[in-house]
Amino acid sequence: MSLRTLLRPLLRPMLRIVPDNTRIHFMRGRYLGLMTSAILSTASVILFFYPGLNLGIDFAGGIVMEARTPGPADFTKLRLAMAAEGVRQSGVQRFGDESSVAVRLEAQPTEAGTQQMVAKVRAALEQAQPGTRVVRTDAVGASVSAELFQKGMLALGISMLMILFYIWFRFEWQFAVGAVVTLILDVTKAIGFLALTRFEFDLVMIGAILTILGYSTNDKVVVYDRMRENLRKYKTMPLRDLIDLSINETLNRTLGTSMTVFLAALPLALFGGSALSGFAWVMLFGIVVGTSSSIFIAAPILLFLGENRLRRDTAAPGKPAAKAPA
Amino acid sequence: MLNFSRLKTALVIGTCVLGALLCLPNLLPAPASWLPWRTIHLGLDLRGGSYLLLEVDMNAVIRERLDSLADAARTGLRRAGVARFLVTPLPAQNRIAARIDEPDKLDAAAAALRELIAANSPGGGARADLELDTAADGSFTITLLPAALKERANAAVQQSIEIVRRRIDETGVVDPQIARQGENRIVVQLPGIEDPNRIKQLLGKTARMTFRMVAEDVNPNVSVPPPGVDFLPDESYAGAKIAVRRRVDVDGANLTDARAGQNSQTGDWVVNFTFDSIGSRRFADISRANVGHRFAIVLDDKVISAPVIREAITGGRGQISGHFDAKSATDLSVLLRAGALPAPLTVVEERSVGPELGADAIRAGAWSLAVGLVLVVVFMAVFYGLFGWFANIALLANLVLLIAVLSLFEATLTLPGMAGILLTLGMAVDANILINERIREEVRNGRAPLNAMETGFRRAFATIVDSNATAFLAHIMLFFFGAGPVRGFAVTITVGIATSMFTATMLVRLFMVRWYAANRQQPLPV
Repeated sequence: MSLRTLLRPLLRPMLRIVPDNTRIHFMRGRYLGLMTSAILSTASVILFFYPGLNLGIDFAGGIVMEARTPGPADFTKLRLAMAAEGVRQSGVQRFGDESSVAVRLEAQPTEAGTQQMVAKVRAALEQAQPGTRVVRTDAVGASVSAELFQKGMLALGISMLMILFYIWFRFEWQFAVGAVVTLILDVTKAIGFLALTRFEFDLVMIGAILTILGYSTNDKVVVYDRMRENLRKYKTMPLRDLIDLSINETLNRTLGTSMTVFLAALPLALFGGSALSGFAWVMLFGIVVGTSSSIFIAAPILLFLGENRLRRDTAAPGKPAAKAPA
Repeated sequence: MLNFSRLKTALVIGTCVLGALLCLPNLLPAPASWLPWRTIHLGLDLRGGSYLLLEVDMNAVIRERLDSLADAARTGLRRAGVARFLVTPLPAQNRIAARIDEPDKLDAAAAALRELIAANSPGGGARADLELDTAADGSFTITLLPAALKERANAAVQQSIEIVRRRIDETGVVDPQIARQGENRIVVQLPGIEDPNRIKQLLGKTARMTFRMVAEDVNPNVSVPPPGVDFLPDESYAGAKIAVRRRVDVDGANLTDARAGQNSQTGDWVVNFTFDSIGSRRFADISRANVGHRFAIVLDDKVISAPVIREAITGGRGQISGHFDAKSATDLSVLLRAGALPAPLTVVEERSVGPELGADAIRAGAWSLAVGLVLVVVFMAVFYGLFGWFANIALLANLVLLIAVLSLFEATLTLPGMAGILLTLGMAVDANILINERIREEVRNGRAPLNAMETGFRRAFATIVDSNATAFLAHIMLFFFGAGPVRGFAVTITVGIATSMFTATMLVRLFMVRWYAANRQQPLPV
């Protein structure tokens, strides 16, 4: 056998995610979908207030230091030395292997105070176990953290607005409203997830949420695009059937893209290290939420908003809907 | 579809080749100096180093400006023959107030103050920096105008940057980056510096040195110093104070050089300095007139040394012998050489990463990238067959182009930036999934292969643009509002989206056209 014939079977797709003739009546489950989403989002809002987000030092300010002691870390000694320098002892923790120490302190009232605290921690470490190396220092003063928080929120808010305007500009307003309401629901869930998992909420997380926003919008746009196309193609099909048809037609793509992004983010969650794994888990969660919300939230909202508007000439119920020639 | 012109083919292939060439500098050292050898820079979180965000104390700038203005006003009033007056700086209101207690000299006072304002306005008073207001009760206020204030603040930050650069250069840090951020902040990036303590200490001092006479007739232990005299702490004796005249005889700005050294007789550490011509002349005059008296060397409102003048010092050279050790003498000489900061700097944010943590981060990022890439490639091969492989080749081309663009702009790669590259790869194949699904649908609708491919590309393209545009917008916002490593994430994602639009459509289209031309009789493998 030649190489060509050997490779022939590889030419064709080996698997399909869903068969081509899949016709799931998603709109039948619209109330269930909306209810579930509403419950999850409400729970997320509650989680946002209690226990609240675990703000990282980007946003809360404070000091995080990581040190490597020459031998195994002697915590009694370290804590004593910290206390002698006037550093809160409970901030000293073990971190990873036995010679790694993490020091975590909240923001000091003044910027200079924060810097003095960093110097004190360094001095205490050196004094308790000479030769200790500080391998990471993050010290963010109160004014900077407040600014970073403000900017992060601004980035989120403006992105949402721009997405709203873009979709508004490209589609009818019902689509834009449907998309943005869904996005808000998605983002609240991501925040609930953050509150629940206690991942630190910092600038990188804003990046994750923005990526989820972008990804989720992208998903909605594809489904909406198909709906718009089908609205032109099937002039008399009831909106509900048309939405179902559009979702089914794009289902392979919706799931396919979700999977590739999911597969790309998965290694980050598993071996991205402490700096990225939280980010990646939130991404993974966001991908699942964003994909399901395209189907179960964005589409039903469009159905409610567009019932009598997007389709003025809808055939009266009872009359058979004639399929227009494609 | 088939008329993919030669020129277009050449352009597409050429772009990819050019991209590959632009990636080379990241792997090889520059072969010749004239070649534009641009590379991606590693962020401090990956290579290890320190990031310091400094804030210039603007209140101090204003306070100093008002103090000197008040001094000038006092001198001017005195010269105008006004003897009983009170001039107070009011920093909270950006002004100084002058109360004249001699009603018959109000006009003279007003004239003197007006003259002061004219002297302080650049461009012959065409654009005033100061504004004089007269109240009915004979008091005057001079206000710093907002425009002038802003200019002054601006100049202070610019000058601070210059001084910071000089001080850091003195320490021998390789490749430091110092840049302004916003109104009153300075970003300092120090690659390879894991413990920025020394730098922080150097930057934490304004290092304004002045030579003034000691007020020997004043007892420094009374509670309030007489006018024109300051009680300054004596560095040599803890808790002790020295009465020093406020008048600055010679300023540290007149130094041309300062070096740490050891006194040949005692072996103590000293700082030897040299004055410029103005400084030499002034120092000579002062020392000649004050032989036998003490003068004070004042650094940041602390007296580091107050020796007795034994003879006139005319050579423009001097020696400071405080209580130095090798390090403090070196640090002081560095500070004196670099010059004084116009205002104190405060560190408001510090991020330091040791090189081994950076190496860990690179390893984690590279592993994730490799595994993620393999997963996506396998997925595309399994679910899309040959056309999936086309997408996979395009994916690699996308990675190459992304690196090429980042190198061209000499962008900074951070750990979140690596995550951004990975996510871009996951999202880039979306375009191909859209196209492939569309072609498959068109084939099922009964279109001929060529027609199906044509329609598939055309219809999918609008969707691709729409879906990428929104993600693009969101990440541009992140770039503008984000700070630090997360901006690297925004950069890689936005660039990746842009390059993926090219590779996922143009390049894949080229592959498909070529394949079809060679396999006309076969059904499409979708």
